[in-house]
Amino acid sequence: MASYSTNEFRGGLKVLLDGDPCIILENEFVKPGKGQAFNRVKLRNLMTNRVWERTFKSGESLEAADVIDQDMEYLYTDGEFWHFMLTDGSFEQYPADAKAVGDALKWLKEQDVYTVTLYNGSPLSVTPPNFVELEVVDTDPGMKGDTAQGGSKPATLSTGAVVNVPLFITIGEVLKVDTRSGEYVSRVKSS
Amino acid sequence: MTGEPVWQPSASQAALKSRAQQLAFVRGFFAQRGVLEVETPVLGRCGVTDVNLDGIHAQVTAGSRTGGWLQTSPEYHMKRLLAAGCGSIYQVSRVFRDGEQGRRHNPEFSMLEWYRTGFDDVALMEELSDLVCGWLGCQRPVVIQYRDALKHWAGIDPFAATDRELMRRCEQWLEPEQLADLGRDGCLDLLMSFAVEPHLGRDRPMFITGYPASQASLARVSRSHGYETAHRFELYIDGLELCNGYWELTDPKEQRLRFEAENRQRLRFGKPEMALDEAFLAGLEQGLPECSGVALGLDRLLMLKLGVQDISEVLAFPFERA
Repeated sequence: MASYSTNEFRGGLKVLLDGDPCIILENEFVKPGKGQAFNRVKLRNLMTNRVWERTFKSGESLEAADVIDQDMEYLYTDGEFWHFMLTDGSFEQYPADAKAVGDALKWLKEQDVYTVTLYNGSPLSVTPPNFVELEVVDTDPGMKGDTAQGGSKPATLSTGAVVNVPLFITIGEVLKVDTRSGEYVSRVKSS
Repeated sequence: MTGEPVWQPSASQAALKSRAQQLAFVRGFFAQRGVLEVETPVLGRCGVTDVNLDGIHAQVTAGSRTGGWLQTSPEYHMKRLLAAGCGSIYQVSRVFRDGEQGRRHNPEFSMLEWYRTGFDDVALMEELSDLVCGWLGCQRPVVIQYRDALKHWAGIDPFAATDRELMRRCEQWLEPEQLADLGRDGCLDLLMSFAVEPHLGRDRPMFITGYPASQASLARVSRSHGYETAHRFELYIDGLELCNGYWELTDPKEQRLRFEAENRQRLRFGKPEMALDEAFLAGLEQGLPECSGVALGLDRLLMLKLGVQDISEVLAFPFERA
């Protein structure tokens, strides 16, 4: 595997540190004019999601981590694994465990496309698109009246996710939700 | 992995204008004091032996000469002019350092370097203060000893501490195996960069003087409080290192020994040996007048003038856009 020297470090680079794949978040070059140069580097450990801060002597290097992001369609779960399939026409399937699926679980809808991060060929994490469209399966009955008042109520979506929605939303409607904040965005007009 | 090319400059129009004003200010300052402006090669035959400076090698073929180095500073050429009897001189030049890039670094930058014959380090620090404070409109700097700064902010005596104590102190930043071959000066550089520098020049500009003799390859050395210290000074403003100056070493034999020692150190660090600049050493043999010299980063001076945190805000085209 290739390795990267400190002067190749930049945000987004994936490297191995202490045996774990990490993504470089920030790289600060520090050097007194007449002295030894250092790199102060912030990395996120992709296994634990923890952010590490490490110092390197300029010229040190780290091994590249075999980490790639792939678009995959979610197929089904067998209870233990969640199965995804490459959208490149190869139909290649990858089982992701609960740890890899993580918080994406509540946004998983069959046939939707997700970003699956592979480490050494196995799913490491699953990232939903920024916006998903999901059906409301349960919420209190729609309340007539002053919608401008901006009250809200919880609604359960088809994936099990619970989001706060305006009072006028009813069961069976399809909603657009921002997966980053978990917030309701709008109703999706049925065509 | 490289993004789309960007054609626009990264500095604002206001920054570009301020850069031109700064240059006019500098030239006016030296004209008034009768210091001669000179130009020396950016492309030289030799690089430098300094273990912490990586020059950029150039592939040049011209006449019987091939190869060359983009200069890391105009120092050797300017000292040859001093040896030739030019008197006090200054230069605004582009200098090049490989691998240096960040919020405060660009591999190519503008340096103001000047030499004052008959000045010692203290006299030159006064003149430097006139220039910097005249341009920035700041308070005059206070002077702090390197030793006191390390004691105060890093909690260690840089001269009295054993190598082991220094390494222990650095374990806050580096793993033991990274520290193994860092060396004493490397440890001190780490402490200076991470523990000390951020505090320097916060309330008002600050000179640091009295560096360990090992950290000044071209400065005179004297003993104070039982330790060998170099007549070297640096100016810090708002935690930013702005310049480096020496009461210059004029002894050619001593200079040659220091270059050879640096080359041995380069070999230890796995870096290639550099050919000694014999023309420079011959100039020293001829006789360098008693003088002090200082090199000041003009891009950083402009950062301070404009109150910006990133050098790309004062460069028309930093290397990633060049």
